[in-house]
Amino acid sequence: MALFDRLKEGLSRSRETMNEIFYLGGEVDDAFWEDLEDTLVMADMGAEVAFSVTDDLREQAARENLTRANQIREALAVRIAGEFAPRMWDPFDYLPSCVLFVGINGAGKTTTVGKLAKVAHDQGTKCLIGGADTFRAAAIEQLEIWAERSGIEMVTRKRGSDPASVCFEVLERAEETGAQLVLIDTAGRLHTSADLMSELGKVVRVTRKRSHMPVKVILVIDATTGQNGLSQAKEFNEALDLDGVIVTKLDGTAKGGIAVAISHELKLPILRIGVGEAIEDLQRFNAKDFARALVGAEEGR
Amino acid sequence: MAVFGSLSDRLQDTFDKLRGKGRLTEDDINVAMREIRLALLEADVNFKVVRAFVSRCREQCLEAEVLSSLNPTQNVVRIVLDELVKLLGSSDVELQLPETRKPNVIMMVGLQGSGKTTAAAKLAYLLKGKGRKPLLAACDVHRPAAADQLQTLGDEIGVPVYRGDGKDAVVIARNACQQVAADRDCDLVIVDTAGRLQIDEEMMQEAVDIRDAVKPDQILMVVDAMTGQDIVNVVNEFNARMDFDGVIMSKLDGDARGGGALSVREVTGKPIMFVSQGEKPDSLEVFHPDRMARRILGMGDVISIIEEAEKLSDEQSIADAERMLMEGFTMDDMLSQLQQVRKMGGMRKIASMIPGVDRAISQSGANVSDEQLIPVEAMIRSMTKEERAKPRIINGQRRKRIAQGSGHTVQEVNVLIKQWEQMDKMMGSLRSIARGGNARQMGRSMGDMMKNMGMDPVEADKIARLSAASNPSGAHTQRKGRPKKKGKQKKRR
Repeated sequence: MALFDRLKEGLSRSRETMNEIFYLGGEVDDAFWEDLEDTLVMADMGAEVAFSVTDDLREQAARENLTRANQIREALAVRIAGEFAPRMWDPFDYLPSCVLFVGINGAGKTTTVGKLAKVAHDQGTKCLIGGADTFRAAAIEQLEIWAERSGIEMVTRKRGSDPASVCFEVLERAEETGAQLVLIDTAGRLHTSADLMSELGKVVRVTRKRSHMPVKVILVIDATTGQNGLSQAKEFNEALDLDGVIVTKLDGTAKGGIAVAISHELKLPILRIGVGEAIEDLQRFNAKDFARALVGAEEGR
Repeated sequence: MAVFGSLSDRLQDTFDKLRGKGRLTEDDINVAMREIRLALLEADVNFKVVRAFVSRCREQCLEAEVLSSLNPTQNVVRIVLDELVKLLGSSDVELQLPETRKPNVIMMVGLQGSGKTTAAAKLAYLLKGKGRKPLLAACDVHRPAAADQLQTLGDEIGVPVYRGDGKDAVVIARNACQQVAADRDCDLVIVDTAGRLQIDEEMMQEAVDIRDAVKPDQILMVVDAMTGQDIVNVVNEFNARMDFDGVIMSKLDGDARGGGALSVREVTGKPIMFVSQGEKPDSLEVFHPDRMARRILGMGDVISIIEEAEKLSDEQSIADAERMLMEGFTMDDMLSQLQQVRKMGGMRKIASMIPGVDRAISQSGANVSDEQLIPVEAMIRSMTKEERAKPRIINGQRRKRIAQGSGHTVQEVNVLIKQWEQMDKMMGSLRSIARGGNARQMGRSMGDMMKNMGMDPVEADKIARLSAASNPSGAHTQRKGRPKKKGKQKKRR
């Protein structure tokens, strides 16, 4: 199945709602704009973003004399795609590189590390997995299973060890073995927990200082997250100076609209999106495809 | 910062604006309702729920008696509060575990990463504390090492875990309930299942199969408090397939506004039974809709604080509290209070339960960290018994000694003594509250207490200014001895 189709399928529920409003008559009226606003809110884009996008679009429609729902759908897709910060690089392509995965509990960090490592390994990249989630019960075991499955070396220590020193060892090992891509899993934590955030700050500092390769810090966020996602991203960004975002679990009915807000507000590129459980479902992100899939633009062409 | 903190801020601001008004016009109500609508949307309450909620509130607010009454703002607050309580469910709901069945079975379901495994362990711990003998059944055979996680958590809280062959979830669940529970002398089985998407037909069928195999007394759905608008689709589908009995809201210790709680209740009619807020096994609490609604409106969760305190305090501490109130406040009291605060889950948790405090702290950008309590403790421990009992005798020489003994500077000791003085003074004002003052006043006093307890002077200052701004009639510390007013809120003008 083509990537675009997978993405479309993942986002199909959101498109259904969008289609409902876009197919209700060709001409737009006040009710149309209200529905559009509601739909954007429903997609977790946030009330403010939804209102401003709708207002802009309304002006644009008047200016450019867009009266058909189809035309507006195109304009909406362009507008949403434009909200995303551009991706200038990809840490999984520009090697060597060391990537730290951070985020709140249950966002999908460990699974993401497992999948990305497998993909890179299969492409012939020499990988090393670091298990720095020494807090959650069985997080190390979970990652070990991933490493074992794909035959990748993993460096970790027993539960309760200092995560920063784990990272240190991981980097030492990477130098010894000449690993090109180092992926480090960290423990999930709520962004409101000052102590845990400063612990993570230390982990990142130690890694950046010790590493001989460029270090990137990536926030993993669950697509079902609502408006709180923005405050999570802000806090993590402030504490760690993030380099990008990965959005997981876009395969449900969640619209992942919060990704728009985060990318726009914090100027952070979206690097990957997870649209399914399979390994190949963790895809590269393309703003235009995402926006078009979200609003169902290709059907209007 | 607090649970629903930002929502309560928003409503509070709206009502602050309305407060100055003697009479409200229809336009005023519309302004308030717009704010409420935005606040609820930002809190991730489903937009359909918001619409219905706001229109119900609006209708009631527009009734003639509300508009023409002496204090319309109070009435609007009351109406919104009542509606919120109604929306959250009007009474506390408990787990239904019939005594005639042995073992009782509780099944956990939910999306991936919502916190089922952690919640299962916490629930086991909670019920163990109530004299039950729980068994945890690890039926998540999909996520790597999920059973290991449950095993580790079970070991930590001393609850047996049954893992079976780790292959067939239905078989593991059935064995756990039919055989293993009896073998290990357990009277309750908590079945942890794999996370699943509500649209994943195969996985949903597995959950149904487990349910049919073990016939749980209660099915609990675990919902992440940070979930956005999609929560409605999720709980709707789970409800249709599993017909769950109640909800556990997880990760409420973050700053998620948790509007999903409102949506779940409105859309499925199923109660929120527990809230989970923290990493420790004892951080699962019974959900109280009325208290939560009050918290949303910034009216504070004073009852919870009292219960927290009661859980910990022995008779000695109660006697201490009385003595403190009646006779004055020693350094020993200050120390024991700090320790109490730590036991109660730290500053942040307590702050989140008190109206006003939380808001003041977040506005001032202050960081309430338990670490700030440590130097205070060190300094108090460097005092002699006499000094602790009568801090007023601490002169320059003694200050120097205390500073050296505790590894701090004389300036820091000075700040501590200053804080003690303020606190001692505040005990005086608390005395009047203890005889039946109001919650807002209490909130403000607690605000001062926070600042007295180890926050740095600049930040404390900010809060002081803030509380002065919201209290133009003068510092409350000077109100001691004045007759207090009846009713929930102070009426000015």
